[in-house]
Amino acid sequence: MILTVEKVKKSFDGFIAVNGVSLAIPKGEIWAIIGPNGAGKTTLFNLITGHIRVNEGKLTFKGIDITRMPPHQICRLGMGRSFQRTNIFPRLTVFQNIQAAVLAHRGKSFNFFKPVDSFFRDETRALIERVGLKDYGETVSGTISYGFQKQLELGIALASEPELLLLDEPTAGMSVKETHQTMELIGRIIREKGLSLLFTEHDMEVVFSIAETVMVLHQGRLIAEGSPAEIRGNLDVQKVYLGETR
Amino acid sequence: MLKRNWFLIIITLFLALLPCTESRFYIFLGTDILIMGLFAVSLNLLLGYTGLVSFGQAAYFGIGAYTCALLMKKAAVVFPLAFVAAALAGAIGALLIGFFCIRLTKIYFSMLTLAFSQIVWAIVFKWNSLTGGDTGLIGINFPQYLDSSTRFYYFTLGVVVVSLYILGKVVGSPFGRILATIRENPERTEFIGINVKLFQLIAFMISGFFAGISGALFGIFNHSLFPDLLYWPMSAEVLIMSILGGMYNFLGPAVGAAVMLYLRMLVTSYTQYWPLIMGTILALLLFFFPGGIVGFLKSQRIFAKGKR
Repeated sequence: MILTVEKVKKSFDGFIAVNGVSLAIPKGEIWAIIGPNGAGKTTLFNLITGHIRVNEGKLTFKGIDITRMPPHQICRLGMGRSFQRTNIFPRLTVFQNIQAAVLAHRGKSFNFFKPVDSFFRDETRALIERVGLKDYGETVSGTISYGFQKQLELGIALASEPELLLLDEPTAGMSVKETHQTMELIGRIIREKGLSLLFTEHDMEVVFSIAETVMVLHQGRLIAEGSPAEIRGNLDVQKVYLGETR
Repeated sequence: MLKRNWFLIIITLFLALLPCTESRFYIFLGTDILIMGLFAVSLNLLLGYTGLVSFGQAAYFGIGAYTCALLMKKAAVVFPLAFVAAALAGAIGALLIGFFCIRLTKIYFSMLTLAFSQIVWAIVFKWNSLTGGDTGLIGINFPQYLDSSTRFYYFTLGVVVVSLYILGKVVGSPFGRILATIRENPERTEFIGINVKLFQLIAFMISGFFAGISGALFGIFNHSLFPDLLYWPMSAEVLIMSILGGMYNFLGPAVGAAVMLYLRMLVTSYTQYWPLIMGTILALLLFFFPGGIVGFLKSQRIFAKGKR
């Protein structure tokens, strides 16, 4: 198991956002979490990556207890993530965005005197190309399209060579065409590198096309877990989720 | 880049030749601008580069000034040692204060930096036996070998150029780039594997170090110190200089210091309403040229587009 979550609970001012969720993701698999708005998907992500602390429960990543670890340490263990609301460094160029992540990953961020431009040029360019932004290296990242920014975010996450990638709605706000391209890109990278992936998504088609296992979160609880076909056939799930949105 | 280097060489030559005017007025103003310019650039490491609106920069300036002056006057420490001690004291002061401040964000962070600097002010103000309190610390002399305003000017110029060179290296290094990512997005920076608070704290110390240097220069330059230089308007003034000159440019704050000090000198000889004029200039600038003076000039392509 690359990631295990045991009976994790989190409440905000009495509102229980995540209520006793347990899951275990084997290495190299693609898992998706679905659920209506407010089901607790993003909260669960933030708990896993250490951005918020659990009230109860335990989190283990690669056999290491990460329950009380700060995000930067969890990241350094080999977990990468993207955020639901695009999370880049808007006034830096695309190149600088990705280069910063490479610098951090390679432990060069404590170099105080050498010009930063000379660091990891090739690695950075390769990553930019990998996420399909070859022509935008010198463009200020805040000015590129929303879809491109999502791709850039993926590049930032990949720069730290993660073993587990957490993507929070990687195609949110994208057009149908962009969605397909992005999912294809993500699928290709995951398979090439043998990464594990946990992602949340609104678009059912996207989920069923790429995920090997789907979990359904509803009001902070996991109500179902299974293959895409099983989830499609699950009546409870249809009631709380598919029925509501379609 | 080339064009930018030429620009720097011209400025440095101009500053180096300034004493040839043999005008006490310009030498005095030049020294003042150099000292405040370094102070403003040191603040801008936090403000423009790391995205931390520190409202208590006067504390490190004051700590540097008093450390240098007290060591020389009360403990008869030689100037070079006292000077280095001032820089270190500024860094240590920033470490202690920063340690608490970085635990808060945004306006709460700014208010806490203000609160701490006021505490430092209160200590200096009340500790009569050591600092002289409100009557100040009078009779801090130039060290013998710097005993003329021209010599002290050159000494200041040397210290400021070296300091700015080092600071420039730091902001252009990987460390500096990480500071920029923290300014842009601390949450994301944390999840590229960076201990954001540690980086912020180091930035605080570097900033305090150079603020301490400028404070030490200031004390000797004025031959006296008063608690006023730790009081909050001093912190506000250096913030205004940075914003006036342009906080997204390395030398912007120094340009801001130069313009502000020169204008003040000019305006106060005609009228007592300097704060009114300063306020108007600042308000207009914020509305029409939010990038400050340097930001505006750059957008007009008067200078080559240098790197931030």
